[in-house]
Amino acid sequence: MLTCENLLLQQGSFSLRADVRFQAGKAVALIGPSGAGKSTLLAAIAGFLTPVSGRVLWDGRDLTHAAPGDRPVSVLFQDNNLFPHLSAAQNVGLGLRPDLRLRADDQAKVAAALHDVGLDGFADRKPSALSGGQQSRVALARVLVANRPVVLLDEPFGALGPALKDEMLDLVKAKLVSAGKTVLMVTHDPADAQRMADMAALVADGTVSPPVATSDLFSNPPPALKAYLG
Amino acid sequence: MKNTTYLPVVAGLALCATSAMAETPVLQVMTYDSFVTEWGPGPAIEAAFEAECACDLQFVGTGDGAALLARLQLEGPRTEADIVLGLDTNLTAAARETDLFAPHGVAADLDLPIAWTDTDFLPFDWGYFAFVGNAGADAPTSLRALADSDTKIVIQDPRSSTPGLGLLMWVKAAYGDEAPALWAGLADNIVTVTPGWSEAYGMFLEGEADAVLSYTTSPAYHLIAEEDDSKVAWAFDEGHYMQVEVAGKVAGTDQPELADQFLAFMVSDGFQSVIPTTNWMYPAVTPAGGLPEGFETLLTPAQSLLLSPEDVAALRDAALDEWRNALSQ
Amino acid sequence: MAQRAVPVTARWPGALAGALVLVLTIGTLGAVAWRAEWGGGLAPADWAAIRFTILQALLSAALSVLLAIPVARALARRRFWGRQLLITLLGAPFILPVIVAVLGLLAIFGRSGILNDGLGWFGIEPISIFGLHGVVLAHVFFNMPLAVRFILQGWLSIPAERFRLAASLNAPVGRLLEWPMLRAVVPSTFLVIFLICLTSFAVALTMGGGPRATTVELAIYQAVRFDFDLGRAALLACIQFVLCVVAAVFAWRVTGTDPIGAGLDRVVQRWDLARPAVDFAAIGLAALFLLLPLAMILLRGLPGFLDMPTTVWAAAMRSIVVAFGSAALCVLMALALALRGGAMVSVIGVMPLAASGLVVGTGAFLLVFPFVRPADVALLVTMLVNATLALPFALRSVAPAVAQIKQDYGRLALSLSMIRWSWVRLVVLPRVRRPLGFAAGLAAALSMGDLGVIALFAGQAEETLPLAMYRLMGAYRMETAASAALLLVTLSFALFWLCDRWGRADADM
Repeated sequence: MLTCENLLLQQGSFSLRADVRFQAGKAVALIGPSGAGKSTLLAAIAGFLTPVSGRVLWDGRDLTHAAPGDRPVSVLFQDNNLFPHLSAAQNVGLGLRPDLRLRADDQAKVAAALHDVGLDGFADRKPSALSGGQQSRVALARVLVANRPVVLLDEPFGALGPALKDEMLDLVKAKLVSAGKTVLMVTHDPADAQRMADMAALVADGTVSPPVATSDLFSNPPPALKAYLG
Repeated sequence: MKNTTYLPVVAGLALCATSAMAETPVLQVMTYDSFVTEWGPGPAIEAAFEAECACDLQFVGTGDGAALLARLQLEGPRTEADIVLGLDTNLTAAARETDLFAPHGVAADLDLPIAWTDTDFLPFDWGYFAFVGNAGADAPTSLRALADSDTKIVIQDPRSSTPGLGLLMWVKAAYGDEAPALWAGLADNIVTVTPGWSEAYGMFLEGEADAVLSYTTSPAYHLIAEEDDSKVAWAFDEGHYMQVEVAGKVAGTDQPELADQFLAFMVSDGFQSVIPTTNWMYPAVTPAGGLPEGFETLLTPAQSLLLSPEDVAALRDAALDEWRNALSQ
Repeated sequence: MAQRAVPVTARWPGALAGALVLVLTIGTLGAVAWRAEWGGGLAPADWAAIRFTILQALLSAALSVLLAIPVARALARRRFWGRQLLITLLGAPFILPVIVAVLGLLAIFGRSGILNDGLGWFGIEPISIFGLHGVVLAHVFFNMPLAVRFILQGWLSIPAERFRLAASLNAPVGRLLEWPMLRAVVPSTFLVIFLICLTSFAVALTMGGGPRATTVELAIYQAVRFDFDLGRAALLACIQFVLCVVAAVFAWRVTGTDPIGAGLDRVVQRWDLARPAVDFAAIGLAALFLLLPLAMILLRGLPGFLDMPTTVWAAAMRSIVVAFGSAALCVLMALALALRGGAMVSVIGVMPLAASGLVVGTGAFLLVFPFVRPADVALLVTMLVNATLALPFALRSVAPAVAQIKQDYGRLALSLSMIRWSWVRLVVLPRVRRPLGFAAGLAAALSMGDLGVIALFAGQAEETLPLAMYRLMGAYRMETAASAALLLVTLSFALFWLCDRWGRADADM
């Protein structure tokens, strides 16, 4: 269980309240208008933004003041998910050993993860020699090897075409959600939410609503969502 | 000498000079830069002295004469130098004031155009300041004539160079209270003032000026080393100011006998015969073999000017102000 | 803001680098002041020196920047064969030792220089280069290359998309893009050059034509060498620092937000490129002005080049070692300070510019003399001082790049637990390589030509190439000295090129 307990987040004049629980092992889509604070919530859970008040808990453990890397959390950002000067294998290896001193079994895990995301034979390529979809797959492979229980997706596939994006979402579902990860995904596209997430939470008007079943949310949208969907 | 631990990188590169064997006594002579270069008198003198002293003669070169005195003042009584060589009479009053020097104790028959009575500092060479120009060009015959002409000259700054200070004293010795007027007259002749002798001489050779403040012996270099007789020193009616270069024994030396031995050696043939064609100055004691061929062609001033160290000390600051005011107009 | 978006690195390297800068600037000044017997304070002539110093530094900096703007603009807009080489070559005057540059300039602008020869053909009276205009000319010659480089970086840091946007809107590129960029880049460029000229001494005196061109640094020289009045020297050095602080505060106040990236040096496709003749005229004139004196140095040095004594070559080897040492030290310090960031870093980044060379040397001498023989540590101290003096330029190149890396990859690295050494080794170092190479090259070249402290410390066995060159001149060996100068320029340039190239080697970023 990932808990945001009476969270108050502030960034400049913008503030966001969240008092919600995300069930472990579920994929939750955070949906809402642009600028509503979806990414802000993820930043707080990932540890990049210290809350003004409230706590972040995972399975009862207080994460509020833990360093980002010490949290049971993997993040994929909108961009800059890969280091351009490192090879695909090195970028994946960082998920295992942040100092990149990989032992033989680490290297085997990296190779397996690259295989899992369909990138056999691409281990030595640098990101500039990969397509956008392939780059996303490398980042995903790193999340796989890091094997942390919570995965935060801050619209990492936003720049991909529709087909490619769907492919990536399916891959996330197949590799992460089925493996029991708790996945929080920021999106502004209802189709994405419906394609991948069992639950969805509306972020609007400075608050995060508790997650409900995705189909329920869209079949009976609250006024704020209705306004957003148009 | 003690071993010092350096940063490993430096030790690894073996940059630092290693010391001589501990058993050999070391005589350290602090002097100006050009004395110790391979074309200067240093190497020959070191070899000659070491042949008779069973010691290690080490030169420490530092800038020019003025820098030498500043360095000594910075080091103070803790200085490792045993001998300071290369001050001139314009600096000896300040040097004496440091109380760092002991009497030289040498009674030598010096060949100077003037009588030498200083018991602290012993001359090793001397020369006359002069303007050096190109042979065949119109040469003024006095400082006054130079000031009245439109001849262009380069001089050195008295605040940062010994020839510059020499010229300041030259004008003061020749003109006394009239010095400001002479400087005012010279102002439009002075192309520029350089920090040191090298810059000025270089600019003259490049054709920036008709003449440069240097020494009567400068043409000897071109004549002897380059077989070039195109440079001449101009004879001036007022007489020429002298530069007498001296050495002194540091009172706190840990090698007093060796220091005495060096000072005695300094006025002997072994040292003096090296001076003319390396330091391009007149030896303080003419060596047995006489002066090298070519020196007889040099200008011999009718009158030698030299202010006593005490007079220099008393006049210096006021003279500098006169100089600065006249040239700042 | 309660944001943690940057991996933690050890604080001690930055602290150590900062401490070294403080010791070599404030510390040496303190040592001189402590040793001083305090007397009368400033003389009237000192105030005249202060006035002249400010005047010439203002004029020199203003002119350097003004002339650099059209050249940088032209270089940013035009693409032509040899452009990269020209940009590198145009930087050369900045790394020349003073006397070499002055003689090079005189060969063009002097009494028997090319310019006056040319005027003579037309029966025009020769012009004299000495005076305030000569000082400014020489300072512009030295510092315009730096200004061109900084401003060119500013131009190249404007993203191509902005030009595209401006073109599609048919908006004036100048007011929309270039003016804000100049607002950000020009004040700090002006400041750096102003500070360099503030501590000038040999150029001002030699080209100034006499004591009316006395600068504060020369007054310090006089206080130390002529009067041995260390109290006045310390006081004058303090005044230099105060002038520096005033200038820095002023520059920071008029500076817009600094958009300078690492300068990718690509030619952006532009849609506003009418009148190429104007651009090429600017480039051509700058090249003539900056490269002709260099060519004269080459001509003067070539005849005796092969006859140089072995001591010159030995001195050259020593200088190369010192240059590499101080370059390495300089980039390490710059990196440590850049990783640490913060306002203190900007302050430490300009302090070496305000320091008086003679006071630094004298103070360092006073600091080490009680403990070791100065000659024994001559090369080490030279390395430290040279690294510190080049630090402002290195920081200017490295710090924005490090800030960019923090911004782009800080969160990712944090989320991956990459901290301290892993972050530096795996992310920062590979990505900062280009500005690091440039900084190392500049530091090496500046160290190569520096005569500062070595003259006070060195004995015979520690002679560096610039010192050997001066000693040759002092021994009437003007032709050999010219060859040594040529060797010096060549080596400085080669070191710069080597380091810069190392930075560019791995281009698949």
